[in-house]
Amino acid sequence: MAVRLLSRLVLPEIRGTVYFSSAAAPATLSDFDVQHKTPVIRKQQSIPKAQYGGRHAVSMLPGGGIGPECMGYVRDIFKYIGAPVDFEVVDIDPNVDNDDDVQYAITTIKRNGVGIKGNIETKSEAAYVTSRNVALRNELDMYAYVLNCKSYPGVSTRHKDIDIVIIRQNTEGEYAMLEHESVRGVIESMKVVTASNSERVARFAFEYAKRNGRKKVTTVHKANIMKLSDGLFLETSRRLAKEYPDIEHNDMIIDNCCMQLVARPHQFDVMLMTNLYGSIVSNVVCGIIGGAGLLSGRNYGDNYAVFEPGTRNTGTAIAGKNIANPIAMINASVDMLEHLGHHYHADLLRSAVNRTINVDRILTSDCGGTASSTDVVNAIKENANLIANKLPFK
Amino acid sequence: MSLLSRNIFRALVQGSQHVSKGVHTTAVNNDKNVCFAPQSISTLQTKEGRIKCTLIPGDGVGPELVYSVQEVFKAADIPVQFESFFFSEVNPTLSAPLEDVVNSITRNKICIKGILATPDFSHTGELQTLNMKLRNALDLYANVVHVKSLPNVKCRHHDVDCIIIREQTEGEYSALEHESVPGVVECLKIITAAKSERIAKFAFDYAVKMGRKKVTAVHKANIMKLGDGLFLRSCEEIAKLYPRIQFEKMIVDNCTMQMVSNPNQFDVMVTPNLYGNIVDNLASGLVGGAGVVAGASYSAECAVFEQGARHIFSGAVGKNIANPTAMLLCSANLLAHVNLHSYSKMIKNAINKVLQDGKVRTKDLGGQSTTLDFTHAVIHSLA
Repeated sequence: MAVRLLSRLVLPEIRGTVYFSSAAAPATLSDFDVQHKTPVIRKQQSIPKAQYGGRHAVSMLPGGGIGPECMGYVRDIFKYIGAPVDFEVVDIDPNVDNDDDVQYAITTIKRNGVGIKGNIETKSEAAYVTSRNVALRNELDMYAYVLNCKSYPGVSTRHKDIDIVIIRQNTEGEYAMLEHESVRGVIESMKVVTASNSERVARFAFEYAKRNGRKKVTTVHKANIMKLSDGLFLETSRRLAKEYPDIEHNDMIIDNCCMQLVARPHQFDVMLMTNLYGSIVSNVVCGIIGGAGLLSGRNYGDNYAVFEPGTRNTGTAIAGKNIANPIAMINASVDMLEHLGHHYHADLLRSAVNRTINVDRILTSDCGGTASSTDVVNAIKENANLIANKLPFK
Repeated sequence: MSLLSRNIFRALVQGSQHVSKGVHTTAVNNDKNVCFAPQSISTLQTKEGRIKCTLIPGDGVGPELVYSVQEVFKAADIPVQFESFFFSEVNPTLSAPLEDVVNSITRNKICIKGILATPDFSHTGELQTLNMKLRNALDLYANVVHVKSLPNVKCRHHDVDCIIIREQTEGEYSALEHESVPGVVECLKIITAAKSERIAKFAFDYAVKMGRKKVTAVHKANIMKLGDGLFLRSCEEIAKLYPRIQFEKMIVDNCTMQMVSNPNQFDVMVTPNLYGNIVDNLASGLVGGAGVVAGASYSAECAVFEQGARHIFSGAVGKNIANPTAMLLCSANLLAHVNLHSYSKMIKNAINKVLQDGKVRTKDLGGQSTTLDFTHAVIHSLA
């Protein structure tokens, strides 16, 4: 109810800005409008899956920075291990001032059901050009983001044996993109928390914990300050926790949480949080484990799934120098193979990656190694070959 | 050792060709390992895990063509192992049970299949043919025929290159026929939205995968306004998801006329069952007949590779004159499907080279060579 009121209040103004600034006013409501500006008419039609003769079609969005080269490595490895996946590559031009490419990318993910993406840059600062990453998540209604943080013994860090799962609300909260200047010099940015979305992501978190044999869920919030919005999120997760008596539930305030993470990270198991806190906490944990180049994240909605490197940095500075760490993107592709049900190839590739990092210790410079990106990729291919043929390791 | 056996094999092949043809072998360079597979094939192959593939030789000349495929695979040392089933409707006593074949294909996920003969009338009163049973059991809903002009095959039209995609589990092939009053027979044509959307999505996805620009839906909605109308509307609905691919519609009668007068205008075509069957055969005729066009049927899980135009060519059984090109192209497509791209290219290049040279041609292409001659010529050209 509150949301509906809110959207009604905000609606005329937003309509106005959008319609005036974009050259051609859209005749029909886009999916984003349907979902966020008229929350009552949510409609997700199901489209037949793109699976033919045991092969899947997957949208590939290389994005900017090191994205294209990492995607190149993934395709190279997939070809080598014979993974039955066909990629449909969609390039998005970061400099263009309209959303055509992004809309097309979203359409391809809709019809393929699954996507893998690098980080997509939004260079335009025009108000009507939405952040591409956010638009993608919102329009596909991918409400849950999962980041599996597990230490690699081969990468030396301050804390060993960390195993945390971060689950983040992905479509609302601070990323609602509802900002306006009510009086000159005064800008209001809305943070939207809804009961339905909080419930969906909380249920996702508890179900995830149950299915993967996890023991504890920690809700991260700031309900002492934002008593209503974060309060709603916290209340919802507390209510759902009662339905899962086997799983321990506690909550923690975001500032304390960050301190605990860097001091005693082993106390955490599954963490559940809203959008912005999720962004911060995932980067903190990535840093603890060994940097942006290792972990992979997963975006889930009811109908679609998109896989990406764990921290959303483009790495423009190191693009094309053959020093970027390809592990994050390769891990994302392992998650994707798992999701598509190609367990043989997923297991093969995962063990090859683990062996390369933990035993052979072939690492790029960001993890303390000296190898180049292609060295790492070749080592993974070599290991995959040895594992698949059950040959002795060197 | 393998080198030695290959050389001996080659000598034998050359000898046999000398007897039958005489001129061909003079061009062969003796220093070159003509049938040696490249050592550095950049795909991972497990040693014991050779890829398993179900093999159905089929009726008519099927077994001869399949033999040709096996010879080529052996010569190129391709890591594929065949699981063979005799499967036939005209010879029901010898045929393997449907369940066995279906289980094998479900397990292996790939199959190469000759054509199964279908008798004109049913002995048992059953209306479904064995082909239909197999398709329904595996849900092989999409049939793809890639009609492409081959080098140095003389035809009326040049540079034909179109892909015909056919729904093959419903429509006129529902096997629902009855005689309501003596002398009045009704045959039900079934069109469903779910299956129409599925085939349309398949066609568009295939077009995307192959980098094609246009999809043409073939229909007869001006007469069958509800049935074909539904098919057409489903295609239109799916087309909206593919803004970068052009979508157009064409009535089947006009389509056949356009096909014979100007086939180059077509790119990807999506058709219901019966129209697809007709257009497939028509298009195959444009590029050299049933012996040179490869096809494949897909379900979500498995793929069956078979000739594009389904004729058993029973007149040629045992005469060693059938053209194995279509079956070899099928096998190359199969290899590409299981990620053995280098082997696939190797076979395709060899076929193209033999056709280009034009010295070994089977009867249907105006030559005098036998099936075996052609197979051996292809083996020679593997590189």
